[in-house]
Amino acid sequence: MITAERKPFDEIIELVGDKKKILVAGCDTCVAICLTGGEKEAEILASELRIKAGQDGRAVEVEHTAAIRQCEWEYLDMIAEKVEAADVVLSLACGIGIQSMAEKFAPQIVVPAVNTNMLGMPQEHAVWLERCGACGECVIGETAGVCPVVRCSKSLMNGPCGGSHDGLCEVTTPQKEDIECAWALIWERLKAQGREELMYVNRPPKNWSKSSSGGPRKMVREEAKPV
Amino acid sequence: MAEPAVAAVETVEAEAPKKVVDPDFEPEIIVFACHYCAYAAADLAGSMRLQYPSNIRMIKLPCTGKLEVIHLLRAIEAGADGVYAAGCMEGECHYLKGNLWARKRVDHVKDLLAELGIEPERVEMFNMSSAMGVKFAEVATEFTQRIKELGPNPVRREGVSPHAAAREALGGVALPDEADSSAATVEEGSAE
Repeated sequence: MITAERKPFDEIIELVGDKKKILVAGCDTCVAICLTGGEKEAEILASELRIKAGQDGRAVEVEHTAAIRQCEWEYLDMIAEKVEAADVVLSLACGIGIQSMAEKFAPQIVVPAVNTNMLGMPQEHAVWLERCGACGECVIGETAGVCPVVRCSKSLMNGPCGGSHDGLCEVTTPQKEDIECAWALIWERLKAQGREELMYVNRPPKNWSKSSSGGPRKMVREEAKPV
Repeated sequence: MAEPAVAAVETVEAEAPKKVVDPDFEPEIIVFACHYCAYAAADLAGSMRLQYPSNIRMIKLPCTGKLEVIHLLRAIEAGADGVYAAGCMEGECHYLKGNLWARKRVDHVKDLLAELGIEPERVEMFNMSSAMGVKFAEVATEFTQRIKELGPNPVRREGVSPHAAAREALGGVALPDEADSSAATVEEGSAE
């Protein structure tokens, strides 16, 4: 799923500025599952904003709502009235949801309350790990189901590099925790599958134009388009 | 020669945080009390004729594990000067881990309040058993004193009842409180 983390409160306050009528809009899909931007979190942020306003002695009207999915027009219709009545919308959706909202309700000001960070897998309750880089050309069929694009710190197509030791990468997470070396994982899993020869395939440089380096992407499914 | 100097510094530091307490300030404190422990401990404190401040307003929960971040924030938002949750002793929760969840949520609210520039000490988590009437009275007394020293909640709003706001936020989660006749009066009043 798409994961996101809430921005620091001071940054949110700065984005909202001196607007008097604020709508905090959550999204009940990905960001709700990663406990960052669902209706519950929208209600918490709205309460925080009211506390802050009360503390500063400012009269601010803060409401909260949530769309089932902020990234789809149809669901945005359901919250249209509240959005249009606000001076500013503080969206807790991922970058896609925030942009859908800004586009649909232009020129309404829609600002992000979160930083969208990755396509992650829940490892355990409240812990997510990056698993996909949406590179546009999946290679995990040859790498035993381990993505070297996001799980190798260098996105190497022919790993491992010299920084791999005892199955660990020389790089650590921002929380200073160890990262498993993707290529050590690939090797172990290929061995278990009896497909070690795939490790010796020389992969040419990846075509990054299929990723975001090729400009904004567009996907069309002609057969599914309405007639 | 160095020792007296250090002692002098310590004395100054120890005296510095003491604030001037306004004798007229009577804080409003919301207590989220677990039905299995703190609520019964309050009953016991009453039976034992122990004195504790009348500043605390209790809300009975089936377990502090039902307490969510928003419930604590709503109380603060409505002007509660202090809020605390009182759950079972760690390891003795009737629902196994409810009190541990409550502690985590209280800690999270402390972080949120710090971000907002409000003293995190205004919210707290306490543990006690149903047999601890004395502890209940002590906690109520000490926490009330703590809040008196902190002074009023900067977001106090006239005409808003933090107790009613917290109850409303809890919805059907809060258990009815037969002993609290004032709660019934408020409900009757609002029904008019």
